[in-house]
Amino acid sequence: MARKVTSRRVWVSTIAAWFFGFLIFLPILWMFLTSFKTELDAFSLPPKFLFFHWTTENYATVQDRSDYLHHALNSIMVAGGSTLIAMLIAVPAAWSMAFAPTKRTKDVLLWMLSTKMMPPVGVLVPIYLIYRDFGMLDTRAGLVFILCLGNLPIVIWMLFTYFKEIPKDILEAARMDGATIGRELVYVLTPMAIPGLASTLLLNFILAWNEAFWTLNLSTLDAAPLTVFIASYSSPEGLFWAKLSAASTLAIAPIIILGWFSQRQLVRGLTFGAVK
Amino acid sequence: MATQQTQVLGRALLTPAVALLFIWMIVPLAMTIYFSTLHYNLLDPETEGFVGLENYRYFLTDPAFLTSLRNTLVLVGSVLAITILLGTPLALLLDQAVVGRSIVRLMVIAPFFVMPTVSALVWKNLLMHPVSGLFAWISTLLGVTPIDWFTDAPLLAVILIVAWQWLPFATLILLTALQSQDEEQKEAAEMDGASPLSTFVYLTLPHLARPITVVILIETIFLLTVFAEIFVTTGGGPGLQTTNIAFLIYSQALIQFDVGNASAGGLVAVVIANIVAFFLVRIIGRNLEA
Repeated sequence: MARKVTSRRVWVSTIAAWFFGFLIFLPILWMFLTSFKTELDAFSLPPKFLFFHWTTENYATVQDRSDYLHHALNSIMVAGGSTLIAMLIAVPAAWSMAFAPTKRTKDVLLWMLSTKMMPPVGVLVPIYLIYRDFGMLDTRAGLVFILCLGNLPIVIWMLFTYFKEIPKDILEAARMDGATIGRELVYVLTPMAIPGLASTLLLNFILAWNEAFWTLNLSTLDAAPLTVFIASYSSPEGLFWAKLSAASTLAIAPIIILGWFSQRQLVRGLTFGAVK
Repeated sequence: MATQQTQVLGRALLTPAVALLFIWMIVPLAMTIYFSTLHYNLLDPETEGFVGLENYRYFLTDPAFLTSLRNTLVLVGSVLAITILLGTPLALLLDQAVVGRSIVRLMVIAPFFVMPTVSALVWKNLLMHPVSGLFAWISTLLGVTPIDWFTDAPLLAVILIVAWQWLPFATLILLTALQSQDEEQKEAAEMDGASPLSTFVYLTLPHLARPITVVILIETIFLLTVFAEIFVTTGGGPGLQTTNIAFLIYSQALIQFDVGNASAGGLVAVVIANIVAFFLVRIIGRNLEA
């Protein structure tokens, strides 16, 4: 560190950074606080910041009245299921492109990427009709299927960029020692690939959890994940701010925590390796 | 050098993914094209018939199309402007020595992980409500009449919500890019007596050019089809004031059940997205070779 950073400068940047950080975080914080208020306090003017009657009653009401756990379970199953299936399809594909590339590998990768760029609304009509005719509307399987396909290009890309970083020399060495492809996979590749696999899993679980085009259009009640459940609070008669806040806090808390662990991978996964 | 065995295996392993994505891309798209040439309304299935390009003529000359195209462009353009113009200084700030930087980073990134329906409803009610919202209270403190966001400036309200969700994305990518900048180069510039401003203009800004392009392209792809935020706050209204192309097609398909017309609109959306995707894929492809 040759650059001198004066302590005055550190204090100025610190105060500015904390101020803007707090400003950006404020809506989430406000929602969190509101979730512990009574409905009356939630509406009160001037707003009550910390000195109100704290209550956890909203959390209980959200479960009793609208079966929150049912929708949370749907979210877990849909996001988890679609991510796991996507991984099962993507791992072999990414492995093959990273370790046995052909002349066309680059074109295949870019083509896969381009499927992600198709606006979902462009195929809303046929997907809706297919789902209606096959009885897949409002089923978890239907949502798992569509979210899996939607995220597959990102999963393949992320895994590909991770696999490509595994040094080829190690494989050569293993092969020289007479390792079969099976042994190579289990003893050499897998241990080195685990961090990449884990972060791909994490990021895509988050993306699937928050997906709100297909879930809103293809599910209503039985299969409805939390995105759809929260949307039901948009009706004018449903203006229960404290309960909306409690339901929202429950829906986003686990994901924000997971997301904080995956910041680094986020950049990589969403820019397809264009920014490192 | 890959052996022949690996080559064969490689192809076998790649096939399921390629086949699935191929079907996923081709089948619905072919159906959309087919439906777009039909007069086909789910409420009136009897009158189904081939109409050629009639749906396109209808969709493209519908005043609702021009309005929603304009709304789409305003939405995408404004959110891009806000996220880049605020994201760049924010990233520069977070790149400085800051006490508790990792905590500030967490606060800045958090909105990106909030599901769209939650951020839209929290903003609409808790923050933007004309009487009890936090913004209204701040306005009265400052002696300004509170804005009735969803009546007087509905599109702006949607823009602010979406910009809040995407600001972390732009900031995080630009911050990542800044951290890969060559420190020695900056030191050398400083030793030669370059002012912080000219270091920024001649070193940092060119370094950020590519990540900014990437942010613009990726955000555009997602912003062209903003849906949930409109769905839960305004339902496209009042009138058509917050209807974008995605929402227009949705309402034609699943509210008016006009399959033919919605399909024609869907293809128009695909064409618009492809124009953007073309540039993005080229940039990423160039990077793949490096």
